Amino acid sequence: MTEPVTFEIQRYRPEVEDEPTWESFEVPCRPEWMILDALNHIKDHVDGSLSYRWACRMGVCGSCGMLVNGEPVLTCATYVTSVLPGTVRVEPLRGFPVIRDLVGDITDFVRKLERVKPWIVRESEKPLEEGEYLQTPEDLGEYKQYSMCINCMLCYSACPIYELEPDFLGPAVIALAQRYNLDSRDEGSQERMDILSRQEGIWSCTFVGECSTVCPKNVDPAGAIQRYKVTATVDWFKSLLMPWAGR
Amino acid sequence: METISHDILVVGGGGAGLRAAIAVSETSPDLSIGIVSKVYPMRSHTVAAEGGAAAVVKPEDSLEAHAYDTISGGDWLCDQDAVEAFVTEAPEEMIRLEHWGCPWSRQPDGHIAVRPFGGMKLERTWHAADKTGFHLLHTLYQTSLKYGSVTYYDEWFVTRLLVDEGRCRGLVAIEMASGRPYAMVAGAVIMCAGGAGRVYPFTTNANIKTGDGMALAYRAGGPLKDMEFVQFHPTGLPFTGILITEAARAEGGWLLNKEGYRYLQDYDLGVPNPEPVKLSMELGPRDRLSQAFVKEMEKGRTIETPHGHVVHLDIRHLGAKVIDTELPFVRELCLKYENLDPVKELIPVRPVVHYMMGGVHTDMHGSTPLPGLYAAGEVACVNINGANRLGSNSLTELLVFGARAGRAAAEFAAGGAGSANGAVLAQALDEERRLQATLVDSEGGRERVSGLRNEMQAAMDEGAGIYRSAEGLESAISTIRELQERYGDVALDDRSRTFNTELVASLELANLLDVAEAVLHSALNRTESRGAHQRTDHPDRDDERLLSHSLAFRTEDGVPRIEYDPVTITRWPPGKRVYGKQVS
Repeated sequence: MTEPVTFEIQRYRPEVEDEPTWESFEVPCRPEWMILDALNHIKDHVDGSLSYRWACRMGVCGSCGMLVNGEPVLTCATYVTSVLPGTVRVEPLRGFPVIRDLVGDITDFVRKLERVKPWIVRESEKPLEEGEYLQTPEDLGEYKQYSMCINCMLCYSACPIYELEPDFLGPAVIALAQRYNLDSRDEGSQERMDILSRQEGIWSCTFVGECSTVCPKNVDPAGAIQRYKVTATVDWFKSLLMPWAGR
Repeated sequence: METISHDILVVGGGGAGLRAAIAVSETSPDLSIGIVSKVYPMRSHTVAAEGGAAAVVKPEDSLEAHAYDTISGGDWLCDQDAVEAFVTEAPEEMIRLEHWGCPWSRQPDGHIAVRPFGGMKLERTWHAADKTGFHLLHTLYQTSLKYGSVTYYDEWFVTRLLVDEGRCRGLVAIEMASGRPYAMVAGAVIMCAGGAGRVYPFTTNANIKTGDGMALAYRAGGPLKDMEFVQFHPTGLPFTGILITEAARAEGGWLLNKEGYRYLQDYDLGVPNPEPVKLSMELGPRDRLSQAFVKEMEKGRTIETPHGHVVHLDIRHLGAKVIDTELPFVRELCLKYENLDPVKELIPVRPVVHYMMGGVHTDMHGSTPLPGLYAAGEVACVNINGANRLGSNSLTELLVFGARAGRAAAEFAAGGAGSANGAVLAQALDEERRLQATLVDSEGGRERVSGLRNEMQAAMDEGAGIYRSAEGLESAISTIRELQERYGDVALDDRSRTFNTELVASLELANLLDVAEAVLHSALNRTESRGAHQRTDHPDRDDERLLSHSLAFRTEDGVPRIEYDPVTITRWPPGKRVYGKQVS
């Protein structure tokens, strides 16, 4: 049983056109199909030049984020039926330069990721022979949510600040910094504060909260940013009251 | 053509590639490393692994027990010296990951928690709930960023290895964003490009698992080992092929036929018990469980659905609390992709292609017979998995052997960075011309990439499934041969250089076809049944003739030549695999 659905897909072929254009495809969709299945149908049977990214098709690799009817979603985890009736409009995620068709350039994100030192920072390393650092399930619970980010970029696409302030680190990067700050094994929060407490760090965020709304993994980057603002403020007051204590 | 030079090039940015790169950085901080990956590292398929990573940690467990489970699970095709190294180094690799921040699940007192797994005698599977691969990959990727010596070539597709005077000197890769090919030269290349599940139509594997690394090494002269051993995981979701982790059974899930009967008891896998019993029933090894499904289907006791026959996985009795703590991803996947809640409903599952036991022939140090070329992870075959890999050994394998390959390659490359000599550059220019011609000549072709791919997958499903026969394999071989010829007539709709995914898909198809041929010929030549390779026309294991690894060499006309290498036996002479009984 199939149903014909009209897809309006944004195309951009830099070698032949200066501006993105729209192309329409009729796709016989099955009820169990995700948006990605429809795109694959087009690529396999109609137009092999349609360009987009995908890999795991199980919502964990983070490759296939696009705007569907204006909303940032994972196309492998969004049923076609969930966006009907009407035409389905598919565009690349907003906020990223478009390389080709539905493929955005995320190098800016990858560069920012590195800046917050997303790894365990310690004064001294325990030798391997001494075994694991103890971490109770409660300790794990402190940061676990922020470790679930799949870097799918939906939060950047939803963030009104990222579009306007190119220097803004953005939701996923700040959430990742918090993931390590809150890890009982980590001692790097002071080092991370240098970058996080700058204007392009947390203070750009006006707490619109769209990032958490669109997150497919309930990471709640907005919560991470708000929580960090409190930490940074307390830290700032401490430095005023007790300058000798250092930052 | 521009040339890029590094001391070491790693192909693939998944678990094995990142672990190898970190090993190089830590042992030889002066060496420059390039990681060349067709996707951003965090998209790599390691991300999809769920259940866990095996390493002995409990005081009542032993390295011998882990080795024995692995060897008997592998139906005695494992090289036992390699298995001994593997189980010995496994615990320290797990601890290292812990020190790097991996969010391993914990006991109330803060120590690591381990769970049972199929074919394992004791609890030794470390896990991060049921997203172990995801956490392992992100931990490795984020940790790799702290070493200054790594350059990431993200979304670069490798098309050829450069070999001169019997040594691997580098590779050619296309930068996908620009479509430009580059000659990349290095003192050593570590191949970590993963598996080839997409050679079949129904697989847990991501779209990107197209056997690229296997095909690249194969064409460069490195033989492919034990390719006939393809793992069918017993529990994939119908239609999508999405994996439902073995952890669901380890936590106590049951497999039921259409009468609600725990059918595994009929297949020499033990007697049903309400609580999970290790090495028994649902905690038997994957090959045996997938074979039992086929037999059950033949008896008419499976459930027919629009997406094939299924049985049911029942985890309802575990309750919402256990499911949400230990198996949250299983619940998420069922809700999202099957519209059902496993807390209240049965999960339909069927066997699904999951893992290649075979791969690029390496020794225990990740070295291939081609000097300068190393391999680790699923792309490689050491062989520690034998004829059937045990669940939760593969994540551990990519850590242990990723690190080993990294160290060995670092030592090899210390002699100096690759230099772009004339012969190497001439090869790279040849490759550039070939790629250019692929784009241009495809005009007027009559074949679609997707059409040939579908035919190949159907032939593999038909001829090289859970049970094989000479007749079925020969028929698949002739189909793949024909597809190889028709491949020359592929048409591409996409003539652009910019991010040409259709060109990449056509190059991936060529890789898949080569891998398919290696699988089929290796399977046809192995006239016995062992582990995941079951021949209806040769139903018994034949240690006398075939306690040996198959090696597939590519010949001039493209058809593989099969040779054999003996299995290394150290302490565990070939025996009978026993499940379902108390094994001492």
